[in-house]
Amino acid sequence: MTEPLPVLDVSHLSTHFATAKGVVRAVDDVSLRVQSGQILGLVGESGSGKSMTGFSILGLVDPPGKVVAGNVLFKGQNLLTMDPERLRQLRGDRIAMIFQDPMMTLNPVLRIETQMVETLQAHQSISRSLARTRAIEALADVGIPSPAERLSAYPHQFSGGMRQRVAIAIALLNRPDLVIADEPTTALDVTIQGQILALVQRLCRERQTSLIWITHDLSVIAGLADQVAVMYAGRIVESGPVQSVLAAPLHPYTEGLLGAIPALHERGEPLRAIPGATPSLASLPTGCAFADRCPRAFAQCSVPLGETEIAGDAGPRRTRCWLHSPVPAPMPTIQR
Amino acid sequence: MRKLLDAYSPHFADRLALFALLVLVVAALAAPLISPQNPYDLAQLNIADGRLPPGTHAGSDTATGPQHYWLGSDDQGRDMFSAILYGLRISLTVGLSSTLLALAFGLSLGLLAGYFGGWIDTAVMRIADIQLSFPAILIALVLLAVLGQGVGKIITALFAVQWAYYARTARSAALVERNKDYIAAARLLGLSTWRILFRHLLPNCLPPLIVVSALQVASAISLEATLSFLGIGLPITEPSLGLLISTGFQYLMVGDYWISFFPGIALVLLIVSINLVADRLRDVLNPRLQKQ
Repeated sequence: MTEPLPVLDVSHLSTHFATAKGVVRAVDDVSLRVQSGQILGLVGESGSGKSMTGFSILGLVDPPGKVVAGNVLFKGQNLLTMDPERLRQLRGDRIAMIFQDPMMTLNPVLRIETQMVETLQAHQSISRSLARTRAIEALADVGIPSPAERLSAYPHQFSGGMRQRVAIAIALLNRPDLVIADEPTTALDVTIQGQILALVQRLCRERQTSLIWITHDLSVIAGLADQVAVMYAGRIVESGPVQSVLAAPLHPYTEGLLGAIPALHERGEPLRAIPGATPSLASLPTGCAFADRCPRAFAQCSVPLGETEIAGDAGPRRTRCWLHSPVPAPMPTIQR
Repeated sequence: MRKLLDAYSPHFADRLALFALLVLVVAALAAPLISPQNPYDLAQLNIADGRLPPGTHAGSDTATGPQHYWLGSDDQGRDMFSAILYGLRISLTVGLSSTLLALAFGLSLGLLAGYFGGWIDTAVMRIADIQLSFPAILIALVLLAVLGQGVGKIITALFAVQWAYYARTARSAALVERNKDYIAAARLLGLSTWRILFRHLLPNCLPPLIVVSALQVASAISLEATLSFLGIGLPITEPSLGLLISTGFQYLMVGDYWISFFPGIALVLLIVSINLVADRLRDVLNPRLQKQ
């Protein structure tokens, strides 16, 4: 049995920034796979490269950043080598993105109507009035009351949650195959966050849209995603089906992340934070980047390593940790 | 209307400036209707009525018949009041059209430079730097010496002098705006570069440019007056305010002050009121100063 062609197949993607302090490895050897209709949660702390992974996939990396290696196959076509005009046609049509801050993603001086109609007309030759009707439907789909009137409003006339709904409506306008959502609920309060999550999940399930949900919040992923990938210092340290990863994490970092979530029933107990801080991306250790903070680190950890695939109950899992490596790695020879 | 006025400024001086500017603009627009004489029509002038002091009643042998020269007349027998109104027209035309042309050109170049960066940015900005390192009046003098006299030529010269200011301002605004998420979002929606530049980026870069152009109108007008005063720029048959001041200058010592004095007042009034209004505009358009 062969697997169906994934909607998105990222392999060994690396994005580096050449700065005065040296090369910053923002994204380092990242591989991801998203099947049609699947939701992938990309988790990591600030600066772990999760947003930059999203931007790299979409070809939105600005100098001094540069995608230095890897492939991004979208339905079998490599986005990284694609002619810019083809890529422009794909973006906003087959692939869309939802940003973190809804205050910033809508152009403040243009009416919602203008922004929605131009999105439709950029990819399809449809009349203004038809585009308008489609825009009203899209606003109604994301739960905006009296969409026909709201269409002629400016972004500042919406609340934060409503604005994010508009941004989602715009992203989904052309019924894309893949949506990349970059922490779209972090700027919203918890009740709104829940509504937006439920909304996006429902819309993506209904339309068989694949979704990459970038977040720092594992609890969001638990309720939303099918697959999860955990990033640390520009690398994916663990990925797999969401239940298995959360129930039995393979990588000590995932374990630490799960342990750091404060729970209601543990009131009064000290929070278990991961000791230490993220290493600078400009001077990463040769081996595992987490070794310095890892409670289970051993000599082997300073040796560079790749990903190991492990069979799991719900599907294959991958991790980047010497604890799970089947090949006995050579002991480090005398260094310097 | 009342609300608009309150939003503009609660201060008397600012409102007076706006009022003065409006009066001057309306007077300039309506010059052919309200001026007693057409100073460009030689049949209406009589050289024998030259240098009449303010208030004289004369002019019986001109086409318009006898009239009061309320502000006196110049050495060609032109009624100073009419000449000032027509001079205002020229000053405003030259100031506004050169500013608009320079704005359109400089804005486009500045947006391109700020948005694309790289060699386009370097090329545009170095040319602007070189241009700005020369005094404006020097560039205008050289250009006019080559081009010759006339309204179109002086507009060209002032355009050439001004565009670099707009290019710089537009570039710095574009540099700030281009890194905002809505531009990334627009790129991600697959909109064409042209559309992103002029539909999304441009309107967000406009506020500082409006202020700069309002101030530049005033400086273009005074530069035009300077050039006319120096005797290049406009022909003597179509006197602008600067040229009127210049003709009156030689009679100042004789005591015929009015030929220079009244156009001077009009010029000062025009420039001061534009500057005050532009100043207010800068505060109104600056969101950081609002609601304090």
